[in-house]
Amino acid sequence: MITANANTAPALSVEGLCVEFRTRAGIVRALDNVSFSVGKGETMALVGESGSGKSVTAYAIMGILDPAGRITSGRAMLGGLDLLHAKPSQLAEVRGRDIAMIFQSPRTALNPIRPVGKQIADVLIRHGNVPRREAPEQAVEMLRAVGITDPARRAKAYPFEMSGGMCQRVMIAIALAAKPSVLIADEPTTGLDVTTQAVIMDLIGDLASKMGMATIFITHDLALAGQRSARIVVMHAGHVVENAPTNELFAYPRHPYTAELIAATPDSAASLDELASIPGTLPDLRRSDLPPCRYSERCPRKIEACAQPLPQAAPGATHIVACWNPLPAPTLGAPILVASAENVA
Amino acid sequence: MTDIATSPPRESSLTALFKHSRYVLGENPVTGFAFALFVLIVLASVFGPHIVPYDPLASDTTQALKPPNAHHWFGTDQLGRDVFSRVVVATRLDFFIAIASVALVFLMGGLAGVAAGFFGGWTDRIVGRIADTIMAFPLFVLAMGIVAALGNTVQNIVLATAIVNFPLYARIARAEANIRRDAGFVEAARLSGNSDWRILSFQILPNVFPILVVQMSLTMGYAILNAAGLSFIGLGVRPPTPEWGIMVAEGSAFMVSGEWWNATFPGAALMVAVFCFNLLGDGLRDMVDPRRRT
Amino acid sequence: MLTMILKRLMMAIPSLIGVVIVTFLLTRALPGDPAAYFAGPAATPQAIQEIRVKLGLDRPLIVQFGHYVDDLAHGNLGTSLTTGQPVASELRNRLPASAELTLLGLIVSIIIAVPLGILAATKPNSLLDHACRIVATAGVSLPVFFTGLILVYVFYYQLGWAPAPLGRLDVFFTEPPHVTGFYLIDSLIARDPETFMAALKQLILPALTLAIFSLAPIARMTRASMLAVLSSDFVRTARASGLSAYTVIITYAFRNAMLPVITTLGMVFSFLLGANVLVEKVFAWPGIGSYAVEALLASDFAPVQGFVLTMAVMYVAINLMIDVLYGVIDPRVRLDA
Repeated sequence: MITANANTAPALSVEGLCVEFRTRAGIVRALDNVSFSVGKGETMALVGESGSGKSVTAYAIMGILDPAGRITSGRAMLGGLDLLHAKPSQLAEVRGRDIAMIFQSPRTALNPIRPVGKQIADVLIRHGNVPRREAPEQAVEMLRAVGITDPARRAKAYPFEMSGGMCQRVMIAIALAAKPSVLIADEPTTGLDVTTQAVIMDLIGDLASKMGMATIFITHDLALAGQRSARIVVMHAGHVVENAPTNELFAYPRHPYTAELIAATPDSAASLDELASIPGTLPDLRRSDLPPCRYSERCPRKIEACAQPLPQAAPGATHIVACWNPLPAPTLGAPILVASAENVA
Repeated sequence: MTDIATSPPRESSLTALFKHSRYVLGENPVTGFAFALFVLIVLASVFGPHIVPYDPLASDTTQALKPPNAHHWFGTDQLGRDVFSRVVVATRLDFFIAIASVALVFLMGGLAGVAAGFFGGWTDRIVGRIADTIMAFPLFVLAMGIVAALGNTVQNIVLATAIVNFPLYARIARAEANIRRDAGFVEAARLSGNSDWRILSFQILPNVFPILVVQMSLTMGYAILNAAGLSFIGLGVRPPTPEWGIMVAEGSAFMVSGEWWNATFPGAALMVAVFCFNLLGDGLRDMVDPRRRT
Repeated sequence: MLTMILKRLMMAIPSLIGVVIVTFLLTRALPGDPAAYFAGPAATPQAIQEIRVKLGLDRPLIVQFGHYVDDLAHGNLGTSLTTGQPVASELRNRLPASAELTLLGLIVSIIIAVPLGILAATKPNSLLDHACRIVATAGVSLPVFFTGLILVYVFYYQLGWAPAPLGRLDVFFTEPPHVTGFYLIDSLIARDPETFMAALKQLILPALTLAIFSLAPIARMTRASMLAVLSSDFVRTARASGLSAYTVIITYAFRNAMLPVITTLGMVFSFLLGANVLVEKVFAWPGIGSYAVEALLASDFAPVQGFVLTMAVMYVAINLMIDVLYGVIDPRVRLDA
């Protein structure tokens, strides 16, 4: 796993992303000031419980939000182009070619009445500068590259004739066909059995390192994130609460939520009654009186300062915590930059 | 997508329905317009005969086939009768045909379908066979046949419309009953000693009604068109009764020679009414089940 | 695939039996006495009774039904009282007229309704969407014969663009040599462009009438189906892969959305078979619809029976073809059955 070097430009940089949804029951402020970046070839994980906004972040970046959703502010810089403010024609160029995404439930994410080989070929023809005649052959090669046996025959098959794991491989093939520099994987292994999960994650990792591709894993499984990524971004109720290299995060988590999350992650050695849960529930994001820190109402470490707007991250920080009362940092080791009250924007 | 983890506080279902209706009407002004039109039609059927300027049956051959003018807003027909009065008075009959047909098919089709879905077995098979047989006919042709065989009275027109729409209602009702047959509340009712018929009437049928209501407003439009079609080939209402369909039928002969008002005004009234019912059906569908919006 | 076809045919047989029985009963219930009609206005009661015996009308209903079924099995649909011709041959002669009209109407309808539905679905709740809905609904809110009349009034009486509604061909033309019975096709086969144009001119208004009538269900179903498909997971994947708008909307979305539209076509065809009867009357079209209506009003039941039976069989055949078409497009159905 390659870790980010603060001096090279990131592959993708999300800054201050805010997303709202218009619903029958009011406006849901789904994302508030979400920022993170992923370096070239880096593997990052976006972690959080259901409803934390991880998938919404991905959809916003890719420009495939539900029509009820609006991006109210922010930028997503992909190699100099702001994805959130690009023209549809620019977006259509960049999607698939420079940034790609794979989704949960692979079987429904594939066109049910089109042979999988053709679906891969569509992307190759569109982005890969592959002449129409050669696309089917190259599609077969892609299938081989993702580890599908007998790819020539499988290319003519339909998704409903394949297992979940194979469908996921096909999705990976589609996503990687044009060799993008960033891959977003939204819960790629949910719904697959454990063995297949490991195989798929290995496959993604191998291809990523071969192609020098940055990967963003979206998952609720902190353990999985820990095994596979160099950096973890923890989200809660539409906020980024902590952003740190994996080892640091697990060794000394600083945000109270992260600590609870780690404690709640089941360990195969633990017994059932040792399972911890995080007290409280996600706040209702339609409220107009949401506190600046959306975790504060469930937080055991809440102090008076928590009613203020969250601290901004100092530029160049490698371990970011959005908290006024974080857990103590280790006294030795690399300095961790956290803004103090004066730096609040 | 973001889940809403906590739900809003429970409000009374009537306020919820009101709010929901207001939202739907706001989203779609066309539905609101359709509602207003519907009220107008009801008013015309109730008060029409009392407020029209002329007796719809009074003929005056000296005034035959006059185009629209200050005395006769819609002109006069071949017997000198005022077209406007006839059009307005006909609202009552056509509206009655629509309502009666729909009530009859709801009872027939709804009950049969619900019984078929709930009891299954032979009930289901018999209802299914009847529905299949009806559906094997082109529907208008079947209506023609029924009215021709039984005689062209308003009752038979209503009956023919109900029979022709029976399969659709039976199928929808059956599907809904099937879904709810094993539902929790049905089990509970059964366990507390309710007979099957009580469960059907008081638990299942009320649940099926909202879904059928959407279809019913569409059928209202169809019933009027059906009656009009039958009149056109001579199997509908008998003259001199004012009914939109027969007015169009009689007026059509004059259309080709340029006396357009005879057929156009009743035809327009027909269209407005059917249009209103169709739009109403769409609006109701939005209210009942937004997922099924077409 | 073959098993599916056979299964469908088996399922259709009980309905057809039902149709035969119901038709028989209905026509026997028609008012009027065929024997009296046949005998003529000057006949004596004995003469009428003799004819009644000859026609077998004095036998119990069951026996009559037995004869009827027996005749059917031999392809004998009886004889028309009003024309004296065998019903089967009259139906055969007049069927192409109705078929040509209905098919053309359906094709025109599809050409207008499907793009309308797709357009409305790509811009939901826009002005265009509402306009499409209103136009389509208006088309189906008019009685079909009224639509025909208005078209005749506007385009024939006022504008003079269309010919008089007097049937399939203007008096000055003769019908092309019979190959299919479809004047459009036969005139092309006979390399006769003038007859082709003449036939087309006569076809336009009635076909348009049918098309306007069937616009609404097709447009609605296309729109609903497209809306559902456009928000599906695989369209999201296609968008995320940056495929062109055409590829996403047509190759990915529409091909999937077509499936429910195709099944709707079966229902629409049934509507059209019924509406045919009315349109043929307005435009003096010599098809089986007008044949049946004239017979019905004269209480001549053999043609009516024959007509209804033919319609029912055609309906079964159409639905079967639609099922097959569905199987061609959707591989999941193919392999499942």
